[in-house]
Amino acid sequence: MNPASESVGTASANVPDATGRYGAFGGRYVPETLTRALDQLAVEYAKAKADPAFQAELDQLLQDFVGRPSPFYHAKRLSEKCGGAQIWLKREDVNHTGAHKINNTLGQALLTLRMGKQRVIAETGAGQHGVATATACAHFGIPCVVYMGEEDIRRQAPNVFSMKLLGAEVRPVTTGSRTLRDAINEAMRDWMSSVDTTHYILGSVVGPHPFPQIVRDFQSVIGSEARVQSLARFGRLPDSVVACVGGGSNAAGMFYPFIEDKEVELVGVEAGGRSDGAGDHASPLTFGSPGVLHGSYSYVMQDDDGQTCDVHSISAGLDYPGVGPEHSYWKDTGRVRYTDCKDNAALDAFDALASCEGILPALESSHAIAAGMKVAAEKSSDQIVVICLSGRGDKDAAEIARLKEERK
Amino acid sequence: MSSIDQVFADLRAQNRKAFIPFVTAGDPSLDVTSAALKELSKRGGSVCELGIPYSDPIADGPVIQASYTRALQRKIKLSQILEMAGKTTPEMSAPLVTMVSYAIIHRHGTEQYIQDAKAAGIAGAIVPDLLVEESGDFAKICQANDFSLIQLVTPTTSRERAMRIAETSTGFIYYVSVAGITGERTQLPPDLLDNVSWLRSQTKVPICIGFGISQPEHVRTLKKVADGVIVGSAIVRRMGEIGEKSEEQVIDEIGDYAETLIEALNE
Ligand SMILES: Cc1ncc(COP(=O)(O)O)c(C=O)c1O
Repeated sequence: MNPASESVGTASANVPDATGRYGAFGGRYVPETLTRALDQLAVEYAKAKADPAFQAELDQLLQDFVGRPSPFYHAKRLSEKCGGAQIWLKREDVNHTGAHKINNTLGQALLTLRMGKQRVIAETGAGQHGVATATACAHFGIPCVVYMGEEDIRRQAPNVFSMKLLGAEVRPVTTGSRTLRDAINEAMRDWMSSVDTTHYILGSVVGPHPFPQIVRDFQSVIGSEARVQSLARFGRLPDSVVACVGGGSNAAGMFYPFIEDKEVELVGVEAGGRSDGAGDHASPLTFGSPGVLHGSYSYVMQDDDGQTCDVHSISAGLDYPGVGPEHSYWKDTGRVRYTDCKDNAALDAFDALASCEGILPALESSHAIAAGMKVAAEKSSDQIVVICLSGRGDKDAAEIARLKEERK
Repeated sequence: MSSIDQVFADLRAQNRKAFIPFVTAGDPSLDVTSAALKELSKRGGSVCELGIPYSDPIADGPVIQASYTRALQRKIKLSQILEMAGKTTPEMSAPLVTMVSYAIIHRHGTEQYIQDAKAAGIAGAIVPDLLVEESGDFAKICQANDFSLIQLVTPTTSRERAMRIAETSTGFIYYVSVAGITGERTQLPPDLLDNVSWLRSQTKVPICIGFGISQPEHVRTLKKVADGVIVGSAIVRRMGEIGEKSEEQVIDEIGDYAETLIEALNE
């Protein structure tokens, strides 16, 4: 095992190693029953990655079905409001199904077919990953079951409805905090009994190896496009790149292609919730400690016995006590700066983007907007801040109305 | 020779099989857990398993998960569990092992966990989320402390892998009967006996079968190939009836239940 200290200051794109380690983080902490499926997935993914036909099929889908490349948009009025750097948005919100999650689910659905599996399961918090999985499964004709915490079902009703319309079965999870973390537990349990016929399309860069790598690679299309778009527009790379971090998939996809570009500042934004007190936020990189959760070694919110703490965020997609292992590695190596954004600041950022630009961001993405505005405000007008707008806010409209009523 | 090795050596000499009951620590209380462990040991349990409640168990079915949730809602802490174990093990003839997530061991510190468990008279650990690839360092510390590390083999484990697991497992090998989570089942998979017999021919380490076992009929079938059986959910479910029934009554019933299975094992 490579202790974290060895990797500090040397973040590179050359992770994970063969055992799925990002420095000290990552690996596989799962029941033995799942190892065969994980090995199969790793082997099949390596083959797919080397197969030009696989990449071509995925690229075609991303173009024709998802609408990629997604726009790179100059948020002029928002930039003026901040009075600093020029803010540019990487518009994952205009993707089919309204978020970055579709990039990953189409890739994994293709892997499902390659592995000859006949059924898909998934977990979802905000519902975006559930909708994206249901969509990919409908596209390919694969039966699909989505696990979702009861609390999230309440918060994200429009997405629950969409999943059902797309033919997925939504299974409410009533254990624990009834949120994303419990939905992952339930999905893993289902997978334990169905590994031979079922692929688990995990929705973020979390879980046992090879999931964090697969999801990062599929999401890297975001950062790769943003890089090309920056070079085309400005003839140079941006000064800062900002993205929100739940499990960390949109951020990993946005950051990864810039990792070796040391001149680009990378900022990950966690859910700061109501306060810095335990249970009031969902910021494991800011307040957590290294531990084991959901099959990998990473920063988690845990008590002194290793029990996972309850977390809170107004945004269902960020309401998660763990984070992808590669983010832990980036944190310890200092390559990415992690910060957090409070519930109220995210709501204000939502309003700012809506009123200045005519875009309703997802509550998750509103966290990135808030932090991105801060970053921009400290820079000069010839500098460039790119924010990943990971998804659109339609799904959150009713919840935002309720939260605003509460704030009055 | 560790205390668990001794148990299996004695059982083999008598041509008998091990009965390994599982109880959740702290459900409904640590006092009841202690009483249940003593009772199960007294009634002929060969090794007892103590489940350390964990907030995010993945290998466990609804019955054991719910018992973990109940215990954690009572704010049960590892230090209290070990303290209870320390008071209970001197009164048990059966060695006690913990079933514990690596999340908890890691947080406590691997070395410290083994020191503290040993001080409480605990003889070994089953760590369901620590795969053979990840267990090297922990296995070394276990070995140095004569602390058994009981590894799991499942129906999805390849034969080559099963051999590797068998080589590193001490005390016994935990053969998981089904690809799935814990919980009582009526039927056992048809190829289970063949798979265990094959493993039996490859290693001298005792093999005990768990997951899904609850009936004397299961036990009669499995004893042909296994050195013992592990019964969890069927006991935990009965413990969950405390409240409707008195503690004494339920502990007595669990003892009776254990005895029927032990009889079936050794008839
Ligand atoms: C729009 C949006 N952004 C971000 C997230 C957070 O996930 P991740 O950190 O994996 O990108 C979610 C999760 O559901 C989401 O729906």
